[in-house]
Amino acid sequence: MTYRTHQNTNFGDRRMDVSTQAIQMKGMEKWYGSYHALRGINLEVSRGERVVVCGPSGSGKSTLIRCINALERHEGGNLTVNGVELNNDIRSVEEIRRETGMVFQHFNLFPHLTVLENCTLAPIWVKRIRRAEAEDIAMHYLKRVKIPEHANKYPGQLSGGQQQRVAIARALCMNPSIMLFDEPTSALDPEMVKEVLDTMASLAGDGMTMVCVTHEMGFARHVADRVVFMDEGQIVEINTPDQFFSRPQHDRTRAFLEKIL
Amino acid sequence: MNSEANFVTLHPMDVRKPPLLRRSVLRDLFSSAGSSVATVLLAAVFLYALPKAINWVFISSVWPGGSGELCRATNGACWAFLWDKLRQILFGIYPPSEQWRPITVTILILVMGLVTLPPRYWRRWLLGLWLSGFVVSIILMRGGAMGLAYVPTTDWGGLPVTLLLAICSLGMGFPCAVALALGRRAEAPAVRYLCITIIEVVRGVPLVSLLFVASILLPLMLPQGMSIDKLLRAGIALTIFSAAYLAEIIRGGLQSLPKGQVEAAKALSLSWAQTILLIILPQAIRSVIPPLTNTAIVLIKNTSLVLIVGLYDLLSSARAALTDPNWPTPYTETYLFIAGIYFVICFGLSRYSNWIEMMLRARNGR
Repeated sequence: MTYRTHQNTNFGDRRMDVSTQAIQMKGMEKWYGSYHALRGINLEVSRGERVVVCGPSGSGKSTLIRCINALERHEGGNLTVNGVELNNDIRSVEEIRRETGMVFQHFNLFPHLTVLENCTLAPIWVKRIRRAEAEDIAMHYLKRVKIPEHANKYPGQLSGGQQQRVAIARALCMNPSIMLFDEPTSALDPEMVKEVLDTMASLAGDGMTMVCVTHEMGFARHVADRVVFMDEGQIVEINTPDQFFSRPQHDRTRAFLEKIL
Repeated sequence: MNSEANFVTLHPMDVRKPPLLRRSVLRDLFSSAGSSVATVLLAAVFLYALPKAINWVFISSVWPGGSGELCRATNGACWAFLWDKLRQILFGIYPPSEQWRPITVTILILVMGLVTLPPRYWRRWLLGLWLSGFVVSIILMRGGAMGLAYVPTTDWGGLPVTLLLAICSLGMGFPCAVALALGRRAEAPAVRYLCITIIEVVRGVPLVSLLFVASILLPLMLPQGMSIDKLLRAGIALTIFSAAYLAEIIRGGLQSLPKGQVEAAKALSLSWAQTILLIILPQAIRSVIPPLTNTAIVLIKNTSLVLIVGLYDLLSSARAALTDPNWPTPYTETYLFIAGIYFVICFGLSRYSNWIEMMLRARNGR
């Protein structure tokens, strides 16, 4: 990985792995105590694909996305990310986390660090990039999310929408091949949702592989390649946005769409 | 324009100033019959005591240059004693010809303290400065090297001893406290229960008993021929005591952090140690600055308890100075002086931590 790749903002073509699958889940299971949170999840995400996961609260969609970068550990089945199988070997966790960036509902910026420091922390400490270079990379991505002027402020001084865009830039600074979004707009004031969705859409336009848990059906309709509908820990339906919204296959999907649209 | 609206403002309203609310101290003091009586009574006590205090401090007092006889003859304060015994109070029975050494050490510690104040100096070199400063202080005090005469720790005394004990108990106690606090939240049961036991046992016993164990029981338990310096033992006891108290405060700070911080660090591939040092501790410690300052002040004053195991800190040096038969025993003056020194240190620390807090709050925009 070189500085040049960052400059070109080229997300799609730099992985050497021969497999075309970015994420593969086979029969994935997860329990919280005796509660069966994920039940036999099968899902494949191709490189450059944008997948939106939706479903009622408690359906397991957050658990699903958090399993991908091992924030939650799956307890059955297989999960492979960019050809690396996630297992008990700590190296597989490290390798997969380096391939994935995550954006959280509550931003989770580090409040004691400036925006710039939030973005340079992991590149400096994990990738051992020199500070000056890490700052160049950070400024590049802050410009992409359109807030370079706030680089030296602290997260507490920014609006929710601005904070979430910083969180996106922070994840991008690690040069991930897959971006995970866990309800990125749910904690935002309504007038700030659009700026975040626009940033995500522009990222999608660059060919980034994205898995996105969201209730923003407009985003799903216009940006997603496929929509995954989950209920009670299972994937009920996977469909193209067109089919999903105009001709939902399953009763439960229909009931869900009636409630939210 | 929406024609169906019931009410539409055409012009924005002017911004007006809020009404002025003033609280008068005088009105508060006499707000009711009860508080008027209390005000008058307290004023009477104050007016009665004030002239006596002025007389004791300024008028009937014996100023530097006066003698023990003059002091015995008056009912005022004996400031002459403090002036005459200043060196003994501040430096104990340290050999007078070598007293430039404890003076240097005291100045060195004060300078290091001042350098530490501005947050922009909180860099790695500061830690190195304190470590080397501490070692230099010990070498200067102890001697026996670089042509300095050897002075055993039993002859050390006064302010340098108090400062060194305070630095030792806070400076070494703090990292131990962080380890204990993290250990108490560890997932491994063995580590967790060990830390809980240490914290609870140390917090459950008085510091005095811990000092007695260190000074009397420990030497008995050590194998023959092996001995640890008494001052060092007291320092260790104070360190353990500080660690247990600080650990619980730091644990409170750790618990106040949202889970998302650790998750964000994990998602960014930071290691466990990096997460703790770069993300968790800086925030946890910031959120507990007030109780941390409070405990630090208590612990600094606690160093005076080493007097009961026969060490000469500031307080015991002062008491030793009072035994001179050429002088009356002006306890009040001496203790006021010692209290003043402690007050300057502790009040300074308190104001400083207030300032740090205000600065951090301003920076977070809250």
